Amino acid sequence: MDIKYGVSATFNSAKDLYDAAGKVREEGYSNWECYTPMPVHGLDAQMGVGRSHVPRFTLAGGVTGFFLGILLVWYMNSFDYPLIVGGKPYFSPIFPFPVYYELTILFAAFGTLFGMFFLNGLPRHNHPVFEHPNFVRTGDDKFMIVIEVEDPKFDDDETQEFLKDLGGKSVTMIREPID
Amino acid sequence: MSAAAKPKVDKDAPAILKKVDPAPWKEEPLVLNRRSLHWVTEKICGIVEAKTPTWWWWCFITALCVASFTGIGLAYLVSTGVGVWGNNNPVNWGWAIVNFVFWIGIGHAGTLISAVLCLLKQKWRTSINRASEAMTVFAVLCAGIFPLFHVGRIWFAWWLFPLPNSNAIWPQFRSPLEWDVFAVSTYATVSILFWYMGMIPDLAVIRDRAKQTWRKYFYGFLAMGWRNANNHWRNFEMAYLLLAGLSTPLVLSVHTIVSFDFAVANLPGWHTTIFPPYFVAGAIFSGFGMVLTLLLPLRAVFGLHDLITQKHIDNMCKITLATGSLVGYAYAMEFFIAWYGANSYEGFAFVNRAFGNYWWAYWTMVSCNVICPQLFWFKKIRENTPLVWIIAIFVNVGMWFERFVIANTTLSRDFLPSSWGYYSPTVVDIFTFAGTFGFFSVLFLLFLRFLPLMPMAEVKSVMPAADPHGGKH
Repeated sequence: MDIKYGVSATFNSAKDLYDAAGKVREEGYSNWECYTPMPVHGLDAQMGVGRSHVPRFTLAGGVTGFFLGILLVWYMNSFDYPLIVGGKPYFSPIFPFPVYYELTILFAAFGTLFGMFFLNGLPRHNHPVFEHPNFVRTGDDKFMIVIEVEDPKFDDDETQEFLKDLGGKSVTMIREPID
Repeated sequence: MSAAAKPKVDKDAPAILKKVDPAPWKEEPLVLNRRSLHWVTEKICGIVEAKTPTWWWWCFITALCVASFTGIGLAYLVSTGVGVWGNNNPVNWGWAIVNFVFWIGIGHAGTLISAVLCLLKQKWRTSINRASEAMTVFAVLCAGIFPLFHVGRIWFAWWLFPLPNSNAIWPQFRSPLEWDVFAVSTYATVSILFWYMGMIPDLAVIRDRAKQTWRKYFYGFLAMGWRNANNHWRNFEMAYLLLAGLSTPLVLSVHTIVSFDFAVANLPGWHTTIFPPYFVAGAIFSGFGMVLTLLLPLRAVFGLHDLITQKHIDNMCKITLATGSLVGYAYAMEFFIAWYGANSYEGFAFVNRAFGNYWWAYWTMVSCNVICPQLFWFKKIRENTPLVWIIAIFVNVGMWFERFVIANTTLSRDFLPSSWGYYSPTVVDIFTFAGTFGFFSVLFLLFLRFLPLMPMAEVKSVMPAADPHGGKH
């Protein structure tokens, strides 16, 4: 038994994919995706998707790191075990600045990486698109558009015809095996 | 756009043009010989997928033997006591701190290439950034060994971390040495994150091509389910840019804080405000020396001439020249300020540096760091790859001596002549340091064998085939 995941069409160049993606968007499809061996400049706008939300995670991480750094120094050197060093005040926000600085960057970097993972739905064990017989080429030199069955506009024959008209090669139905 | 196109002179043209076309600019292609995208994949994946070459085993075994020097040296140090190192009054820093600053400086070029050049949109960085980042990570690991063992009683090294010690006392945060713990551990962590994240799409390519089961599991695990989707790329590119933006202030802060270890001390020759920028420039300089030392043989061994082109070598030589000149300027400025500041101790420290007990180290440093890179002004020399490699080695040597000069000339001649001394390393010092090159090589060879040496996706993205607008923007 298997279930249908979507229809794929392969393109040979970034330019072909770019032009085709514009037409898929104009046609009104919403559940579809481009698979490319490298980020293609301008494809986001062509697909009608906005800016990535990763910066929000970075900001959250950075702010956490900064205040955690202040809290850390204040708690350790001034609250839990006040340390007298050179007769100076136990705590000032200035002298341990490098500590907050580094922690800001550390937490912002973790926020960025995990934010990227979260937004991309990774780590993920498997995905139906891996069933495509020639998926390996999308990481190599081929460009692929997949229109999913979930799409409200999806129709078995029409969508396949549409992708062929766009110049897509080897239009295939991707099926996900279930046992 | 052809380079030969000359602007035509039209007699009827108005004196003021409505639109000015920029002069044609001949850009060298970043990948030579009009290679295809598929060629890049085959080339880079091929290195990882091919049978392990014999030379690799020879190098690996040699590197392991050399690395054992560090292992044995450290085991002997810990089991016998700190006296086996040459550190003693008045020079209590000696080789350990010299080696620490040397290795951490090496790392800086990797971050510069991956982060700063990314922000500056220098597309040529793509083919060299992965190997340079690997160099950064491994150099930081080598660096970490030294301060860790320099604490003397290694079993108390955890006191450096924000944990209460046996008397419930926490670390004190007024010390630059404590800031260094944060700076270096953050630098190591963020460098690994950046390196790993950049590798995910390439690991996915190797995963999809894998034939053996262990490869499918190994690369499958590391690739985290990446599937080349545009949505993935969108978030990935944003995250990459942000990490580049975060790594840039980070890399500047790391060597700044390393320089604080010296500059915050009230010692002549150390207590100067020029230290942070001077250390950062020196770090980048030494790092580029190391990048050239590593990449030129790799280029020859793996036949990467179409990917690491003369343009790349030229650019790296020019950065080495620029940072080498900055370092030379800093040396001169230190002397000027020592004189201009009219502080007799400071003046003595600098005269002693050049003509005192360690004069030989000082002039080795000046010849390697200031004079040697000036040869890169000449195109003929930049195009002579073996010579570039030799100069890069000199840069590495010179930068090690720079740290030796800074640490030892000041400590061996402090304020009271009665406490003056002369520092010499012991055999244990020498072998422990030599072993770190083996340790570094072991890690680098493993990287060459198992991980993609170049970011395939990034290299492809600067090739004409990746441009959806066919060259017209």
